[in-house]
Amino acid sequence: MEVSFLLNGAPVRTTAGPSETLLDWLREVRRLTGTKEGCAEGDCGACTVMLTDAAGSRAVNACILFLPQLHGKAVRTVEGIAGPEGALHPVQAALVDHHASQCGFCTPGIVVSLAVAHLAGRRDHDDVLAGNLCRCTGYAPIVRAAEAAAGAPVPEWMQHDARALSAAGTAEGGAEEAADTPPAPVARPRTADALARWCLAHPEGTLVAGATDVALRVTKELCPLGPVAFIAGIDELARIEIGATEVRIGAAVTIAALRRAMAPLHPGLAELLRRYGSEQVRAAATIGGNIANGSPIGDGAPALVALGARLHLRRGPERRTLALEDFFLAYRRQDRRPGEFVEAVSFPRQPDRLRCYKLSKRFDQDISSVCGCFSVAVEEGRVAAARIGFGGMAGVPTRARAVEAALLGRPWTEATVAAAMPAFEADFAPISDMRASAGYRMAAARAMLRRCLLEDMGVTVDVLEVRP
Amino acid sequence: MSVAEPLAHDSAVLHVTGQARYVDDIATPPGALHLAFGLSPVACGRIVALDLAAVRSAPEVALALAAADLPGPVDVSAGAGDEPLLAEGRVHYAGQPVFLVAAESHRAARIAARRARLEIDAEPPVLTVEEALAAGSRLDEGPLVWSRGAPEAAIAAAPHVVEGRIETGGQEHFYLEGQAALAIPGDDGGMAVIVSSQHPSEIQHKVAAALGLPMAAVRVEVRRMGGGFGGKESQANPLAVACALVARLTGRPARMRYDRDDDFLITGKRHAFRIDYRAGVDAGGRILGLDVRHYALCGWSRDLTTGVADRAMLHADNAYWLPSVRIESHRLRTNHQSATAFRGFGGPQGMAGAERVIDHIAHALGRDPLDIRRANYYRPARAAGAPARAPGEGSEGRLTPYGQEVEDFILHELTDRLEATAGYRRRRAEARAFNATSAVIKRGLALTPVKFGISFTLTQYNQAGALVHVYEDGSIRLNHGGTEMGQGLFRKVAQVVAAAFGVPADMVRVSATDTAKVPNTAPTAASSGSDLNGMAAQAAAVAIRDRIAAFLAAEHQAQPDEVVFDGGRVRVGAAGMDFAEAARRAVAGRVSLSATGFYRTPGLSWDRLRGTGRPYHYFAYGAAVSEVAIDTLTGEHRILRADLLHDCGASLNPAIDIGQIEGAYVQGAGWLTSEELVRDAAGRLMTHAPSTYKIPACSDRPRVFNVALWEGANRAETIFRSKAVGEPPLMLAISVLMALSDAVAAAGDGRIYPALDAPATPERVLAAVARVRGEAP
Repeated sequence: MEVSFLLNGAPVRTTAGPSETLLDWLREVRRLTGTKEGCAEGDCGACTVMLTDAAGSRAVNACILFLPQLHGKAVRTVEGIAGPEGALHPVQAALVDHHASQCGFCTPGIVVSLAVAHLAGRRDHDDVLAGNLCRCTGYAPIVRAAEAAAGAPVPEWMQHDARALSAAGTAEGGAEEAADTPPAPVARPRTADALARWCLAHPEGTLVAGATDVALRVTKELCPLGPVAFIAGIDELARIEIGATEVRIGAAVTIAALRRAMAPLHPGLAELLRRYGSEQVRAAATIGGNIANGSPIGDGAPALVALGARLHLRRGPERRTLALEDFFLAYRRQDRRPGEFVEAVSFPRQPDRLRCYKLSKRFDQDISSVCGCFSVAVEEGRVAAARIGFGGMAGVPTRARAVEAALLGRPWTEATVAAAMPAFEADFAPISDMRASAGYRMAAARAMLRRCLLEDMGVTVDVLEVRP
Repeated sequence: MSVAEPLAHDSAVLHVTGQARYVDDIATPPGALHLAFGLSPVACGRIVALDLAAVRSAPEVALALAAADLPGPVDVSAGAGDEPLLAEGRVHYAGQPVFLVAAESHRAARIAARRARLEIDAEPPVLTVEEALAAGSRLDEGPLVWSRGAPEAAIAAAPHVVEGRIETGGQEHFYLEGQAALAIPGDDGGMAVIVSSQHPSEIQHKVAAALGLPMAAVRVEVRRMGGGFGGKESQANPLAVACALVARLTGRPARMRYDRDDDFLITGKRHAFRIDYRAGVDAGGRILGLDVRHYALCGWSRDLTTGVADRAMLHADNAYWLPSVRIESHRLRTNHQSATAFRGFGGPQGMAGAERVIDHIAHALGRDPLDIRRANYYRPARAAGAPARAPGEGSEGRLTPYGQEVEDFILHELTDRLEATAGYRRRRAEARAFNATSAVIKRGLALTPVKFGISFTLTQYNQAGALVHVYEDGSIRLNHGGTEMGQGLFRKVAQVVAAAFGVPADMVRVSATDTAKVPNTAPTAASSGSDLNGMAAQAAAVAIRDRIAAFLAAEHQAQPDEVVFDGGRVRVGAAGMDFAEAARRAVAGRVSLSATGFYRTPGLSWDRLRGTGRPYHYFAYGAAVSEVAIDTLTGEHRILRADLLHDCGASLNPAIDIGQIEGAYVQGAGWLTSEELVRDAAGRLMTHAPSTYKIPACSDRPRVFNVALWEGANRAETIFRSKAVGEPPLMLAISVLMALSDAVAAAGDGRIYPALDAPATPERVLAAVARVRGEAP
């Protein structure tokens, strides 16, 4: 597949296989070895590069990014963060001044993450760096450097990519296939209709939006992908429509975009998404991918289930919708027919009462052992409605119907919560794995219901809120 | 004077610009092959069949080798001779290399490595302390026991007896740069190896032995590592040897790097320990007798276990005087990756056991743990200049269980200072008040000390060499046997050399560590890098300086001691010149401006079987106060604040030392909290990537993080009276575990001791909360 993009400001035109990663291409073809491989699964950030398109600049992991995803965009690696004459970027200079590199292997990724944040004027360094692991420094000097550099003006060269892309217009051209030609096995459809045709032609094909999950099939399972459609360029799938009665989220909406959109509507969900993957992962991963892959531990589904979400599926011209919880049939098996794809997910506008609890061994950039999301409506002291979604408690994201039933119509009190505890066993029989034991999962799920009540009662229940 | 200045890491600018080259960044030489191991999926069993036909016929494959295809037995152990490069007949852990593939690309080699037909007759693996004891699965015949006094009688007679058990988990190094090596065959039958290793001399030795070459025919180079932490002391051997073998067999360069999952599955980790203890204490909490039993899970081979488990025993006292003590150490052979060196080298485990004993005593007596710590501290150091021993004074209160006298114990003063600066008493009261009204969140606080012995207990390793050249333009090239893994060694040793010549540190260029330049080196380990190499490099520099001085003195009819090197200038009486001019004149005067330097640590003696002697040149000290908050509903927790006060003697470079302290603390906190190695019932490691194995992330560092250096000079004669800093501060993180224990205790009524094990994941913390509340597990 033909791909053209800017690399450190210079145009590149190349032919790339659908599963060639940017990291391998940078290191092995272009000999730009500043970008490092630390894990090849998007969890360490040593390969962080800056990606710019019409939506702006963001940090992404090059190890789980396929070259065709770059078409029409601009990539800047650590080699392009210093100025043309070798002048250090303010974050580079600050990292040197604050002794913020030791072994130096994570440093290029940290430089890029910080430079992208600096470009955007961001100062939430813990979030910016959650996806950049450092084993030497303990992070303190890195954050000191980030704080020191925050006030420095953005170097001129850091604005080059956005300017060059806007000067070139929507560079994402490329011939759109006519409706009557059979879709190629590797394609970049531009419309949902074109995608629908592609899916019919390649019912076993793989849809790649952000590639944060699919890429591991290449880097870890060492499998070829077969037919691939790159769908991130389908604008109509990347929209969030907030109507008077409904919120509709396109399947290709990134987690980062969803987090921004949810902040005013459901801050608890926005906070949950703050801890979803890392900055790099959220910039690429999509809600459609998070739902469609059916992971029992994805964090999107439990929250959306609690919000009463419906899933919009499409096969060719046919569309159907179903309650999100009904989409998940069994472990890694969903109610999706061959040739069908997720177009959007929607949920009714509602007063915010969503509480989301994510439990993991590490606060940031960790997969949930249990994720519990609660929407409990209380009227005159009694539970008028309850929707509760859990991840990590079964082979699929699951609605806790028995627990909901145990709450419904009862006073919203400790006694009711205590009485609802046995209902968890009706809803769930969790497994033990490397993240948590079955017993702990059950205890934690119950504790989350109690936490939900305590929070409504105004009790401090979040260690993240405790200040030194 | 370049020494004591907070100069940046020698590669800082290369790091931030991405120009610093690591092994895998070196352009692949034309014709190079890429290697991958095929791994055993089974933890224990007999290889029934191994068919590599499909591997050999896979695309781009040049070569596939099983043990039987090797020219002879190839050993990659650290010295015990018990680690064949490829499994021979039996497999001993899930992840053990069974065969080797060489292909035209890294990816092709990895794909081909999954195509083998490998049949293993699986046997039940030995995975736990209990299983190993029941099976008598040990590295040695029985436990090693050191004792002093009559601990049994002392415990029996004591007013209080405290008894318990602590388990600490293993730890993956998670150096960001995975293991990597590159071998390039020479035109003379020799081999050049570029490798990410803390121990180039051992790589040289292993490669020479594998190829049947004299060591002089093998040259090993290490410019930098992307982190080591002990994980590259012995664990790079298989890659280097595999590359050298393939390079020898094919005549082509060969390179290898482990994919991260392979790195987790193949390489050794920190030893998991179980420690059982029984202490007899008096009413004041002073330990009268202590019986400690260490059970180390060592994995399938010996590797560096002897030294690690010995060091754990050597730190069973930490900072405390134990009048009667018995330390028993079991080195259990299990079907895991062979446990290996990891920053602290057993010290952290031994010390965690000591701190647990103290914490438990404090709980049993209802006393503040800090008071119990103080009550048991070794006696203060004698004043400088005081006689070694006052007339009639015994060594009571100063003698370690192994008989080395603690001559420089500064923890009384250091603890006093930290207690004040951290506001320990006030904050404990505040935490108590907070806990009284907070139903869900509980706070905890702990101050723990560190006393860490500096020197290799393998006496041979306490030596170093250096080679210094001064060129006629006054620029200086420094070679030494230490390796740079991020710890700033190259910068520190360059500062030492620059100080000798009175020039700025940037006049000194440091070469990649190279066995062709400095031979027979120790691994860069045991925190010894700057102590040993700094002294060796100083000796070399001083030798050259003295020659220049003698020459200039003769030229100026002066005495050599009248020649002064300072500020980039050389003064001879009234005359003066810049250093470059001095060098130029010396070269013109046919003075050799190249010298080697050598150093061996003085005064060491050690009988490890009896556990007596003077294994350490000196001790490094420190203390930390950590404050945590836990959620008693879920067990989630975080570090709110840490105050560290650490002793680096007279620091060679305070910026680098503070970086070591901060980084070590966070790494230690990871070991004790979030980093959990989980294995399934068949012994397979289930947490083999950063997706499932969680080292601390940015937001896990303490919210408030105060780090200070204890101002003081080393009493021992070390390079500029500095102290080693690589490992000791890791153990400051034991305060995190003890603070968590304190917070858990606050969730109960105080009757039941939390007995919190590590890693204290949310799950373990919640289980401990349930325990102190008397709830069924």
